Amino acid sequence: MSATDHVADSHADHDHKPGFWVRWFYSTNHKDIGILYLIFAILAGVVGGAMSGLMRIELAEPGITFLTNFTSGTPQQQLDSAKNFYNVLITYHGLIMIFFMVMPALIGGFGNFFVPIMIGAPDMAFPRMNNISFWLYGASATLLGLSMLAPGYGEEIGFGGGWVLYPPLSTQGGPAMDLLIVSLHLAGVSSILGAINFITTIFNMRAPGMTLHKMPLFAWAVLVTAFLLVLSLPVLAGAITMLLTDRMFGTAFFDAAQGGDPVLYQHLFWFFGHPEVYILILPAFGIISHIVSTFSKKPVFGYLAMAYAMVAIGFIGFIVWAHHMYTVGLSVNMKAYFVAATMVIAVPTGIKIFSWIATMWGGSIEFKVPMLWAIGFIFLFTVGGVTGVLLANAGIDHYMHDTYYVVAHFHYVLSLGAVFAIFAAWYYWHEKMFGVKYNGLLGGLHFWTMFVGVNLIFFPQHFLGLQGMPRRYIDYADAYAFWNEISTFGYYVTVLAMGFWFLGLIQAFFFGKKGEAQDNPWGEGATTLEWTLPSPPPYHQFNELPKIK
Amino acid sequence: MDQNARTALSVSGVVVGMVAMSFAAVPLYRAFCQVTGWGGTTQVAEQYADRVLDREVTVRFDASRAKGIPWEFKPAQVSQTLRIGESGLAFYEATNMSDEPIIGSATFNVQPAKAGQYFMKVDCFCFEEQLLQPGETMLMPVTYFIDPDLDDERNLDEVREITLSYTFYRNEDAEKREGLNAERYASR
Repeated sequence: MSATDHVADSHADHDHKPGFWVRWFYSTNHKDIGILYLIFAILAGVVGGAMSGLMRIELAEPGITFLTNFTSGTPQQQLDSAKNFYNVLITYHGLIMIFFMVMPALIGGFGNFFVPIMIGAPDMAFPRMNNISFWLYGASATLLGLSMLAPGYGEEIGFGGGWVLYPPLSTQGGPAMDLLIVSLHLAGVSSILGAINFITTIFNMRAPGMTLHKMPLFAWAVLVTAFLLVLSLPVLAGAITMLLTDRMFGTAFFDAAQGGDPVLYQHLFWFFGHPEVYILILPAFGIISHIVSTFSKKPVFGYLAMAYAMVAIGFIGFIVWAHHMYTVGLSVNMKAYFVAATMVIAVPTGIKIFSWIATMWGGSIEFKVPMLWAIGFIFLFTVGGVTGVLLANAGIDHYMHDTYYVVAHFHYVLSLGAVFAIFAAWYYWHEKMFGVKYNGLLGGLHFWTMFVGVNLIFFPQHFLGLQGMPRRYIDYADAYAFWNEISTFGYYVTVLAMGFWFLGLIQAFFFGKKGEAQDNPWGEGATTLEWTLPSPPPYHQFNELPKIK
Repeated sequence: MDQNARTALSVSGVVVGMVAMSFAAVPLYRAFCQVTGWGGTTQVAEQYADRVLDREVTVRFDASRAKGIPWEFKPAQVSQTLRIGESGLAFYEATNMSDEPIIGSATFNVQPAKAGQYFMKVDCFCFEEQLLQPGETMLMPVTYFIDPDLDDERNLDEVREITLSYTFYRNEDAEKREGLNAERYASR
C-alpha cells in the first residue's frame, strides 16, 4: 500500500528533489510549503513574543520607565513617544500573533503538510496557488513591517489604534494605517486562496474509500476552518477597504460628521473577528483529537459528534459577533439574544472537551511530550472557555469590558490554547516531518516551564481585571502593582521555556541522528495515513493511492 | 472544466458574494436603524400625534461637541415633562467661539435606545446644516412628541425618562461647498 514500495515501472525516481533555490523558492510541494510556513510562523512568533516582552517589562512596575529608552527628545516628548510606542506594540503584537504566527503555523504549516497526506492525496489541488499563498504572506509581512516605521500619529511612527482598527482612530493619522490596510488585504487574499485550495483538495482528492465520515478529524477541522475563512475574510476585506476609501477618497462610511456610522465598522469587523477566533482554534481542536487518541491508544470517543461539533462551532461562530460590542449601546433585547447565542457555543465546545476526556478514560495513556502539551491545552482552553461563558453575560461584561479580565480570557484560549496545540503538533509530528527524534528531556522541560510561565503571566490578569484595570494603557494605578510584577515575572519564565525549545531545535537539527526515525514511533494508537509513510515522507507520496476500507 | 476548477470557482463565488454583502451592509444597516429605531435612532413625523395620554415622560436634554468644532453648544433647558402624545418645543443654544464662519451638522440619538422608535421629531435643527458667523449665538428649536404607541409596548412600561442627545460636528464638506474656507478668513 505504501507508495514507496511501488518503484517497478516508475520511469524516474519519484523522490527526486530539485536544487535548493528551486525547491524552496519556487516550491509547489505541499510539504515544503508547509515547512516554509512553519519557519515563517517561528520568525513571526519571535518578533511578536519580543513585543509582548517590551510591554510586560514596561508594565512590571507603575510609571513609564522602560519604553522611554527607545525614544528621544525632551522628557515630555519621550513620555509621549513611549505612550505611542506602547500603543503600537499592543496593535502589532495582536496582528502579528494572529495573522502571522497562529494562522500560518496551524493552517499553512501543519494543514499544508498533513491534510493531503491524511486524506491520501499526492498534493494539494492547486500546488502553484499554494506557492502564491505563501509568498503573498511574505509581501504582507513586509508591508506590516514598513507600516511600523511609517508616520502614524503626528510625528510618531506606527499605528497605535489597536488590532481591531476601529474608526475614528483608523480613519485619521499618517500612512502607517494605509500600509497596514494593504498588508491585511494581502494576508486576506493569501488565506482565501489557501482556503479555496483546502476545500478543493478535501472535496475532490480523498483516496478511494475515504468518505467524509471516515476522514481524520484534523482534515475535518481544516475543512471547517477553510469555510470560515472564505465566509469571514471577505467581510474584513470589505470593511478595511471602506476605511481606506474613507481615508483616501473622501467617502464617509464611518464618519459620523458626514452621516456615516463608526459602529457599523465594529459590526463588520466582528462579523469577521469572531469567526476568526474559531479559525485560530479549530485546527488546534483537530490536532488535539489525534494526539489524545494516539497516546490513549483508543480511537477518538464520539468521532461523528466531534466532527459535527466543529461544524456547529463554525456555524454559531457567525451569529454571535456583537458580544464583542455590548457597550456600544445595543438594545436590551439584542443583548439578550447575543448572550444566549454566545452561551450556546459552550455546548459543542463541551462536547469536544468531554469527548477528549472520554477518549482518555480507560485508555492506556502514555505521557509522552505531545500528550503533555495536549492535556495542557485541554486544561488551559477550558479555563479560557469558562471565563468566556462569564464574559458572555452582557451585564457582567459592562463591568469587564476592556479590562485585563478580557485579556486573560482570550490569552487563555489563544495564546495558551492555540499555542499549546501548535507545540503539541510540533512534537507529535517532529519525527515525521524532519526525520529526527526530538529530545524528550528538553521537550518535557519546555512543557513544564512554559506551563508554569504562561499561567504566571495570565492568571493574575484575571485579578487585575476584576479590580478594574483597563487594558491598552502604558501605565496603571499603584494598587495594581503587585499582580503586574508577578505577571512580568511569568514572562521571564516563559522566555526560559522558549530557550529550552530552541535548545531542542539545535539538538535535533544539528546533533540529531538521521536515519533512526521510525515510520510510526507512537505504536498502535497512531492510525492516520501519515504514519504509513516513511519519516520524513517521500518528496511525492501516494503515486498509487491508498485504499481505505 | 474539471472537478477541481468547478469547486474552486464556486468557492470563489462565495468569496465575491461575501465582499458584495459587506458593502451591501452599509445601506442595509442604515435602513435597518431608521426603520426599527434600534440604537436609539429617532423617527421623523409629518404631523403631531392624534391622541394625548395621561402617562407622563420626562425628556432630558444632552449636548456634546466632536473634536475640531470651536463652538459652545448646550441645551437651553435641563428637561421637560410632558404627557405622551403632547407636543414639546425645546431649544439648544450654540455659539461660534472662533473668528471664522463654521458650518456644523448634528447627529442625534436617545437613551434608552429602545425608545428611539417612539421619539418623533416634527422639526429639528439637526435636519439641516447650521452656519454660525464668528461670535454668533443661535437658539435652535426642536419640536417633538412621544408616540402614543409607546404606551402599548409592555417592554417600555418602565420608561419614565428619555434622554435626547445631540453631537455637533464640523461639516467641512459643506464649508467647501459654500465657499467658506479657513485660509480666506484667516487672511482678513
